Amino acid sequence: MMINRLETLAARIDERFGEQMSRVASTCRELTYELDKDDLLEIATALRNEADFGFEMLVDVCGVDYLGYGCDEWTTDSASGTGFSRGVELKAVILDESDEFDARRFAVVYHLLSIQNNIRLRLRVFTGTSNPPIVNSVVDIWNGANWFEREAFDLYGILFKGHPDLRRILTDYGFIGHPFRKDFPMIGNVEVSYDSEEGRVVYKPVSIEPRTLVPRVIRDDNRYSADLKDAGDG
Amino acid sequence: MLAMAEIQNYTMNFGPQHPAAHGVLRLVLEIDGETIQKADPHIGLLHRATEKLAETKPYNQSIGYMDRLDYVSMMCNEHAYVMAIENLLGVEVPLRAQYIRVMFDEITRVLNHLMWLGAHGLDIGAMTIFLYCFREREDLMDCYEAVSGTRMHATYYRPGGVHRDLPDTMPKYQESKFRSKKELKRMNSAREGSLLDFIEDFTNRFPGCIDDYETLLTDNRIWKQRTVNIGVVSPERAMQLGFTGPMLRGSGVAWDLRKKQPYETYDQMDFDIPIGVNGDCYDRYLVRVEEMRQSNRIIRQCVDWLRINPGPVSADDNKFSPPKRIEMKDDMESLIHHFKLFTEGYCVPEGESYAAIEHPKGEFGVYIISDGANKPYRVKIRAAGFAHLSAMSEMVEGHMLADVVAIIGTQDIVFGEIDR
Repeated sequence: MMINRLETLAARIDERFGEQMSRVASTCRELTYELDKDDLLEIATALRNEADFGFEMLVDVCGVDYLGYGCDEWTTDSASGTGFSRGVELKAVILDESDEFDARRFAVVYHLLSIQNNIRLRLRVFTGTSNPPIVNSVVDIWNGANWFEREAFDLYGILFKGHPDLRRILTDYGFIGHPFRKDFPMIGNVEVSYDSEEGRVVYKPVSIEPRTLVPRVIRDDNRYSADLKDAGDG
Repeated sequence: MLAMAEIQNYTMNFGPQHPAAHGVLRLVLEIDGETIQKADPHIGLLHRATEKLAETKPYNQSIGYMDRLDYVSMMCNEHAYVMAIENLLGVEVPLRAQYIRVMFDEITRVLNHLMWLGAHGLDIGAMTIFLYCFREREDLMDCYEAVSGTRMHATYYRPGGVHRDLPDTMPKYQESKFRSKKELKRMNSAREGSLLDFIEDFTNRFPGCIDDYETLLTDNRIWKQRTVNIGVVSPERAMQLGFTGPMLRGSGVAWDLRKKQPYETYDQMDFDIPIGVNGDCYDRYLVRVEEMRQSNRIIRQCVDWLRINPGPVSADDNKFSPPKRIEMKDDMESLIHHFKLFTEGYCVPEGESYAAIEHPKGEFGVYIISDGANKPYRVKIRAAGFAHLSAMSEMVEGHMLADVVAIIGTQDIVFGEIDR
C-alpha cells in the first residue's frame, strides 16, 4: 500500500515538474528527488502549497560533503600479502582549498513530511561549483528551517541566501573552519587547556596523533547486487 | 531620574549553569521590565560531533553513541539508528524481537516522561512530584539493567533484533545493615520471578502512581497558574516550526508515527493518542500524563504476548549478527563470521535511508548515507528537541521571566540530543 502511495506521488511530481526534478532510485521504499538549486524555491513553494503535495512540514535539513565518496582505505585484493597495520595514521587529509569545487561535492538534503497525506519526500540540491557553496534559504517557506540551515552553515560552510540570521550554532565561539567537511581532520586543529601562569584558557595546535583502528573497506557483496535483489522481490 | 527613563530594554544572561536550564542551555534574553521581548538560545556547549565520530567507526560501534544522545530515552535513540541500518540491509526482524523493542520503547517513554514530569514540576515550584517520579523510574531502570546489564546506556538493540532474550531472573536487593529482614522481603517481593513478572507487577501498580501524580498537580491552583495559557502554539505554527510529538499533539494535531506510519508491531497494539486543545503548557502536561497511561497499556499487551510466544530475538544471518558463542567453538564458519564481524564489521549496500520513530520527545530520525563500506558515509541525527528549542524565542515573547522556565520545561529539552 505504501509503495502505491509513493508511486502515485512520484507520478504527480513527474507530471507537475517534469524535467525540473529527477528521481533517484532507492532500495528502501523511499522517494528521493534531485533538483537544480535555481529551482529550489519555486518547487518548495509548490510542494507546500498545492493540495496534491501538501508538504506542510520540513522535518530536517542537512548538509552532505561527497568528497571521497566510495573511496576505501584498504584495497582488499592485495591485502592478504601486505596486511593493514593496526593503528596506522589516517590517509593524509586532502585539503580542498580550490576556488571551485566539484559540482557534486556539497549537497543540501531536505526531508519533507506531509501530515495531511501521510507521506515523506526527500529532496537533494547540489550546491554547484561555487566556493563558498551557496543555496537559497527555505526559511520563508518553512520557518522551522532556521536552525537546521544554521547548523549546515556551521558544520559544512554552506551559505543560505536570504537566511535572516546565519550564525554558527553548534561550535565554540570564535571557531575556525567547518568541522564536518571531509577535509577537516577528525582530531581537530586546536586543543584547549588552562594555562595557570597566564591565568587563562589558551588554544594550542593539537598534539594527539590521528589513527584508525578499523580500516574503511568496501566489499562487493553479491547478495545486494541489483539483479539478484530485483529477482528476489519478484 | 532622567537616566532611568532612558533605559528601555536590557539584556540578561540565563544559564548555562542555571539549574532550570536543563543542562547547558545559555539564553540571552532581551527584557523590557519583566517582559521578554526576544530570546536567543546559545547551544552547542555539549556538542560532541557524534555524527562525525560515527563516520569513522563500523556501524555497530556507534550504537552506544546513540544512547548518549538523549540520555533519558536511551533505547529509542538506538531504535531509530538500527532501523535505518536494517532498511539499508533489507533485514526482517523476528517477531519476538519486534515485541521486545516495542515493550522497551514504551518503558523508555515512561522513563522519559517521569523524568520530564519531575524536573518540570521542580522547575516551577512543585517539590514532591520529583521524589515520586524517581521512585518509579528506579524500577524501570532495573528493567534496563536486567536486560542489558546497564541502567542507562544499554546498547541493547542491534541490527536484526536485540542483543539477547529477556532474562528469567531479576536482580534482587542484598541484605544490609541499613534495612530489616521484613523491609528486604517487601522490596524483593516483585523480584522473585522473571523480568516479565516484574514488568507485569509494575504495570499493575503504575496507573495508581499516575493517579497520585495527578492528585498533586492536575487541579492544583498554583500548577494551573503557572501553566495555563503559557507558551500557546497554534496548530498551524506548530507544523510550520517543525514541532513533533507531544509538542504537536498538545496543539491539537493528531499525529503520531506509531499510528500513522506504524513500525515494528505497533499496528497490533491497542492504544489511544491523546491530543490537547489550547496548545499551552497545561495541555502538553495533560498529553504527556495520558501518554504514560497509554504506554502502560502497550507494555502490558507486550508482556502478555511475550509470555506465550518464545522464539528467536535476532535475525539468523551471521553476515551482520554474531553467531552464538557455543557454535563458534566448534564450527569453522561461525568462527570466521565472528572474527570478521568484530574486526571489520559488515558492509552495508550503497544507498540512503531515513528511519524515524515516535520518540518520547517527538520525531527522532536517523538519516544514513552508505557508499557500500563498513562505516557509514554520513549519519544525520534529526533530534526533536532541536526544532522545539529553535521556536523558543517565539514561544516566550511577551511572557514574564518566570515563564521562560515553564516553557523550557514544557519543551522537554535534553541537551544530549540537541547538541549531538
